[in-house]
Amino acid sequence: MSESAYPIAIFFAAIFTNNILLSNYLGMCSFLSVSRELKTSFGLGVAVIFVMTSTSMLNWIVYYKILEPLGIEYLRFIVFIIVIAAFVQLVEMIIERVSEVLYAALGIFLPLITVNCAILGVSLFMVIRDYTFIESITFGLGSGIGWFLAILAMAGIRQKLKRARIPHGLEGAGITLIITGMMALAFMGFSGMLQIG
Amino acid sequence: MISALMISVGAVSGISAFLAILMVIADATIANYGEVKITINGDKEYEVKGGKPLLGTLMEQEIFIPSACGGRGSCGLCKVTVKEGAGQYLPTELPWISEEEQAENVRLSCQIKVKNDLSLEIPEELFNVKEFQAKIAKVRELTHDIKEVTMELVDPPEINMEPGQFVQLRIPEYELTDEPVYRAYSVASNPSDTKHVELEIRLVPNGIATTYVHNYMREGDEIIFNGPYGDFYLRETEREIIFIAGGSGMAPIKSILLSMAEKGINRRARYFFGARSKKDLFLVEEMRRLEKELPNFEFIPALSDPEEEDQWEGETGLITDVVARNMESGENTEAYLCGSPGMIDACIKVLSDKGVPDELTYFDKFG
Repeated sequence: MSESAYPIAIFFAAIFTNNILLSNYLGMCSFLSVSRELKTSFGLGVAVIFVMTSTSMLNWIVYYKILEPLGIEYLRFIVFIIVIAAFVQLVEMIIERVSEVLYAALGIFLPLITVNCAILGVSLFMVIRDYTFIESITFGLGSGIGWFLAILAMAGIRQKLKRARIPHGLEGAGITLIITGMMALAFMGFSGMLQIG
Repeated sequence: MISALMISVGAVSGISAFLAILMVIADATIANYGEVKITINGDKEYEVKGGKPLLGTLMEQEIFIPSACGGRGSCGLCKVTVKEGAGQYLPTELPWISEEEQAENVRLSCQIKVKNDLSLEIPEELFNVKEFQAKIAKVRELTHDIKEVTMELVDPPEINMEPGQFVQLRIPEYELTDEPVYRAYSVASNPSDTKHVELEIRLVPNGIATTYVHNYMREGDEIIFNGPYGDFYLRETEREIIFIAGGSGMAPIKSILLSMAEKGINRRARYFFGARSKKDLFLVEEMRRLEKELPNFEFIPALSDPEEEDQWEGETGLITDVVARNMESGENTEAYLCGSPGMIDACIKVLSDKGVPDELTYFDKFG
């Protein structure tokens, strides 16, 4: 694969073969609690795409322009979290001011994903895997879309589950985790086609 | 080594400080909605600082909307009617708001933010609602499962209420609950004693609040409650009165009777009190004493299931049958009921059959 095609490969790998939710099991808490409704899942998914893409960009700059030159890369965990939290807060404020419709559909979910581990995970993977700036953006965008697809698929399945007779002990999180496992297996099928990381 | 430490501390502080300043600026510019005006019930106007949730903004103006979760959107209690200015419904409100309520613009005040001028409707009684700090002055056993709790007010030191109203008691976190919960209890004392509030609380097996009151609360403890709430109070008419209560439904009726005795309201009044057996009866002497003070008042306890050793000679049977037996025409009567929903619904039917106008039958159902 040529150098210039690499970001595109990362993009698709992040969506399918290395789906951050289904292969790394990150971002589970909001995935389990919000996937009950298709509509809210959609809103949260879009918010995750947006935040993942922009924070991977911001954190790339912070890491390579501040932390690395100063030789304090080991502080990335704490710094990334601060940057993500501040950014999300800021975006929420702006959305609330600018558009009421956008706020009702998207902004309301932003505080929920400040502490989503998948967001931090993307920033940390991008460092471990030595991605360039462009690669980091495509990785963030791809991971976001991957998470979006996963929660949408789960919400779709869970809407059907409402009519299914689930053994009592498996209701709620139990059956959801089992289904997530099956989905992860299905997504593993893609991994023969493309591999990163 | 030292310099490496300095650099890392400096870098993290620098980044945090930069972001903090950014947030402060954003807070003062983007999130600054300036002074906005809240109009309540069309006549009261408040100038407030915009940008914060409505529930907290109202609290700062000392208007307390009942809320059990403290503004996290998980109890659905803090509903207010917003006539103008609240914008569209948020996904976090919808689980709590029915379609009928949506048509009436009922909103969850902890979720909507004050961004522009608002026009609200709030029940008038809520303006009198305050939060009180109190001390448990006395805990007394009334029966095997009902306790009388007397609270002495600390701050504010006095409460103004109508006899028959209720307060919300704050139960702190303990073994059965991770977060404070609020439960409503009717006040049993005479409101003319503005420094004390007395409650009668019956133990509900595994009930969070009642278990706390019965097994954990000690004299001298500090407690928080808010109130007063409710429209269950004696109307000023000349009609005959029928009181019906069961168990801890005694509380508001006792409050009303004490107040009647003090004010010398000597209307014809009968009080049917239902209990299972003699061990569930309480405050009988107090009621007999009130009978002497109020010549036209009669206390009629009824046991549904008296035990042999009770040697009971009074009324027996279900409270509904006892009321039906003892009542003639109810056309000139108004009724006050307090107890379980099952008891109240059954009694309303009996009263209605006897001719008591439905709109003059007031009740306080235990949720």
